[in-house]
Amino acid sequence: MLHLQNLTITLGQRLIAQVDTTVHGGEVLTIMGPSGSGKSTLLAAITGTLDPAFAQQGRIILDGQDITALPTEARRIGILFQDDLLFPHLSVGQNLAFGLPKGGNRKERHKTIETALRDVGLQGFANRDPATLSGGQKARVALMRMLLSQPKALLLDEAFSGLDADLREQIRALVFTRARVQNLPVVMVTHDPADAEAAAGPVIHIG
Amino acid sequence: MTLLAWVPRLTLAAMLLPVAAGLWGVFAPLFGFITLNGASAAPMADVLAWPGLPRAAWLSVVTGVGSTLIALGLVILILSQLHGSRALMWLRRALSPLLSVPHASAAFGLAFMIAPSGWIARAVSPWLTGWDRPPDLLILNDPAGIALTLGLAVKEMPFLLLIALAALAQTDAIRSLAVARSLGHSGAGAWLKVVLPRLYGQIRLPVYVVLAYAMTAVDMALILGPTTPSTLSVQILRWMSDPDLTLRLQGAAGAVIQLALVIAALAAWFLAEKLVGKLGLLWITSGTRSPWLPALRPLAIAAAATSAIAVLGGLASLAVWSFAARWQFPDALPEALTTRTLDRFLPQLGAPLAETALIATTTTLIALILCIGCLEAGYRKRKPLEGRVMWLVYLPLLIPQIAFLPGLQVLLISGGLTMGRWVVILSHLVFVIPYIFLSLSDPWQAWNTRHATVAHALGASPTRVLFAIRLPMLLAPILTAAAVGFAVSVGQYLPTLLAGGGRIATLTTEAVALASGGDRRAIGVYGIALTLAALLPFALALALPRILYANRRGTHP
Repeated sequence: MLHLQNLTITLGQRLIAQVDTTVHGGEVLTIMGPSGSGKSTLLAAITGTLDPAFAQQGRIILDGQDITALPTEARRIGILFQDDLLFPHLSVGQNLAFGLPKGGNRKERHKTIETALRDVGLQGFANRDPATLSGGQKARVALMRMLLSQPKALLLDEAFSGLDADLREQIRALVFTRARVQNLPVVMVTHDPADAEAAAGPVIHIG
Repeated sequence: MTLLAWVPRLTLAAMLLPVAAGLWGVFAPLFGFITLNGASAAPMADVLAWPGLPRAAWLSVVTGVGSTLIALGLVILILSQLHGSRALMWLRRALSPLLSVPHASAAFGLAFMIAPSGWIARAVSPWLTGWDRPPDLLILNDPAGIALTLGLAVKEMPFLLLIALAALAQTDAIRSLAVARSLGHSGAGAWLKVVLPRLYGQIRLPVYVVLAYAMTAVDMALILGPTTPSTLSVQILRWMSDPDLTLRLQGAAGAVIQLALVIAALAAWFLAEKLVGKLGLLWITSGTRSPWLPALRPLAIAAAATSAIAVLGGLASLAVWSFAARWQFPDALPEALTTRTLDRFLPQLGAPLAETALIATTTTLIALILCIGCLEAGYRKRKPLEGRVMWLVYLPLLIPQIAFLPGLQVLLISGGLTMGRWVVILSHLVFVIPYIFLSLSDPWQAWNTRHATVAHALGASPTRVLFAIRLPMLLAPILTAAAVGFAVSVGQYLPTLLAGGGRIATLTTEAVALASGGDRRAIGVYGIALTLAALLPFALALALPRILYANRRGTHP
């Protein structure tokens, strides 16, 4: 459960975004608004990457723990951007291994990664160069890399805008299903009403 | 405060402390704060009484300002005429590697081209000139400093051109040009009127660096410059390396005069900028469409080709001389090629080569760690690079080497300290850090920081993100920056000589020392060895990422 308690972001005197809401596990909160309305700024506050020019008030509580002051890497909030942002110098398998927490011997880790790839129809892709993958394949690798890090919540920053219509529906369904299965609260920023419709959760308009 | 937060201060100290100490070392003797046993109590008066001073100072100003004007003029001519053309792309590719050719190699190469018995004279003799022996002309080391001016201009033009091209990529030049041309301005006229005013603001600091350097260059002046008297910088070096230690203070006083000359020239240049800007504005607003300007295009092509050929041909002639058997005037090529010269000099190249590599590797590694530390500290504080940071980076490049290095030596001598390799490395750092920083900061800033956000969100600490994601992804620009730093260190003449107390022999100091001897085969071998020492790391920097990331297409731009 992700609780955004009176989360308020200001730039000087200007109010950028203000939310006070709870996102339950398996639920998708959609945040909509025109570009420049502060949607991504809000997500940056939740991940802990807000530019210091902004001021932030309120608290972020994830599964009962106050994570407002924690650094990004300690928050356990996964994020997907419009670009897949796979690390280009690592193979597909190495990208997943980067997300997988420490523990287990090499063989076990290898197996976990193979299973994750098979789950999204990419068996045998571990040694591939990410640059040789199609858009949909990259999106699936990015999703699995994030899920392997065992996040407690999921943020989607225009995550589907880069994909064409067919693929978009397919990846969107995959992400939402995964989030529901793992009972993750999801916050999605989008400007596409179809995304909000598919999410079938509460919608907040800002800006 | 974490270790990382100290790195920017440490870097600034490494760049500026030696400069500050050196300046103190040249000024302090004037006021009696530093004295050497047996040295004159009034070194400034001695220098002012030296009869060669007016001529030496005049030569410094004329060769420095003249060569900067020529280099900048060529850049403006070439860019205004050839912007967006294939010729310019070709020129860019031809000139990029020349940037790192050490000044000494370029000067020797040019000397081999333009000397009375050089390649140019050979190419047109005897069929055109009728010469069957070298003409009795004083081309090299001419008293007016023309050869030195040309050498400096040819060497600095590629630097300014590539800086300008990099700056142009950040301005909205293409659309501005399209608008101006649609208003009826000729291509070249549009470039001069709407692009140059913005571009110049961005390349002003590099132009100042070139001016300060050109007025005070020592290695090129020793090879190409006038001798009786020489430029002021060469005379200061003579005082500083005289067996008579008491002349050191005279050298320090000369350095003060040199610094004053450079500051005065920079001030005059700054005022001239304002004046040219005012006149330019009159021209821009006069309504003229400058339809005749494109007629200068052949001139631009000729200038570009000449300057490229001067350096490339010079390097080629160094190579040919290293392998030449008998080579009589006016033959264009030697009678045969032989490895005899190489066999003679290779054994004695080993020691200076090892010294050069040791100093350059150490300096580059230290500078690289400091620069990466600075950039990472800035990134973690999310502080964008400000203009004043750039001024600090350029500062050590603006203060002439000959103005502060003598002071460093005076300080060390008066403190009873010995000079040696570690002082050489410290003095090289002053110049290697700025170039590595300038080379690395753009790719560092251009890196998509969302990669870091994603990695953090996956649970990676800042340190892990730096070492596992950012540095590997930036491997190519980091290696290029390292190659730049290495080449800068390899090419340093004055810091090696003065900070090393004349006892540290690198390829550069050995090569320049050959200038007065005139053994062309020896100069050829050392010149080529020096060039290779500076260029090979670039080849490595290009090849390594391709080998390491052979199967990672996304890492290649």
